[in-house]
Amino acid sequence: MKDSDKKQGKSVVNDDVLTYCLRLGDNAMVTSQRLSEWVRNSPTIELDIAFANIALDHVGQARMLYSYAGELEGKGRDEDSMAFLRDEREFGNVLLAELPNGDFAKSVLRLFFYSAWVLPLYEGLNQSNDERLAAIAGKAVLEVRYQLKHSAEWVVRLGDGTEESHKRISDALIELWQFVGELFEADEVENRLADAGIGVDPTSLKGAWDNTINDVFARANLTRPDDDWHLTGGRSGQHTEHMGYLLAEMQVLQRTYPGCEW
Amino acid sequence: MDTATDISIENAHDVERIHDILSQVPDPEIPVLSVVDLGIVRDVRVKGGCVEVDVTPTYSGCPATDVIAHDIETALTKGGYSNATVNRVLSPPWTTDLISSGGRDKLKAYGIAPPVGGRSVTALFGDDPEVPCPRCESKDTELVSPFGSTPCKAHYKCRSCAEPFDYFKCL
Ligand SMILES: [Zn+2]
Repeated sequence: MKDSDKKQGKSVVNDDVLTYCLRLGDNAMVTSQRLSEWVRNSPTIELDIAFANIALDHVGQARMLYSYAGELEGKGRDEDSMAFLRDEREFGNVLLAELPNGDFAKSVLRLFFYSAWVLPLYEGLNQSNDERLAAIAGKAVLEVRYQLKHSAEWVVRLGDGTEESHKRISDALIELWQFVGELFEADEVENRLADAGIGVDPTSLKGAWDNTINDVFARANLTRPDDDWHLTGGRSGQHTEHMGYLLAEMQVLQRTYPGCEW
Repeated sequence: MDTATDISIENAHDVERIHDILSQVPDPEIPVLSVVDLGIVRDVRVKGGCVEVDVTPTYSGCPATDVIAHDIETALTKGGYSNATVNRVLSPPWTTDLISSGGRDKLKAYGIAPPVGGRSVTALFGDDPEVPCPRCESKDTELVSPFGSTPCKAHYKCRSCAEPFDYFKCL
């Protein structure tokens, strides 16, 4: 291999890891933003506190991923620039994360779907050849496991609860199911990183996810819809109509007062 | 050779003193515990006149992380080590297993039930651990909420003495 080829190979990997970090960071950040919308709106104070705590875990994960992305990019952008000064098309989160909260059942089910996906993702990433990613993921695994347990218990409680709660979570299931297929799609970036032992192949997460979903749905009296079609686009920056509003609210302060701190 | 030995003895003395200083730095959220009790101090190194302290965060989003770094630097400066830096290390991740036995006693005396058992269980469903009431020792307690006033706590209630209490949840 010529030196110039090697150099080019290294910079492709660097760009891929940067893209990957931003996607992971965006998933965590957008999830956190939606969860924090529940603060002071939850059905009970305990659930209010639960969502706030879970949101905090995700914002912490996002900070570490964004900081690392900034270092990889090497243009002086920090975690705040990544979160608050990028545009919609630059966000690579999955569509599931950005959907409006809806009622409590929908938010709990979304958190459950997301946690059941991101847990095996972080577990795999904890073995990454990239030490920094492995360390961030290793920390996150412990937190996400706790969240998965919390959301799974609520899915069972609502699904196996009253007529009203069962109807609400069943409606949420129909609405959200079309967004779960995207979680297991891989593009070139993720394929290259999986081959390099840096990233996790998203298609490999489906087995663990299915097991978790099937176990919990059986306890919750919920029936899995068919996997016939799904919506996609988040990884490449093509978002739902809801994303612009989410970013407008999340970014308004830094957009209005650039660089402001307190 | 002799010089090298002298330096390492001097360093060992410094490291011990620094450890004593750190044992007095309280965790901002649970001030009854020091950062040493909590098990978040990973390493202390003295090189030349510089002190380096490695600290690991309890939770990814722990808002106290920056405050802790600042408090450690301030305490070391007061203790005569003005050239101290605090590094954040992530791996291996902190778990509640790292809370010292002294720390566990302090938590209990403060009214917070210390973490029970080992690391968090991986099973989604299963019996919650038996958490004894920190006030009356009764094991007849119930989980009110798996999330509490800070990221590290869950909320419990004692059925015997009717007191609510915090539980330092297992991670
Ligand atoms: Zn009691």
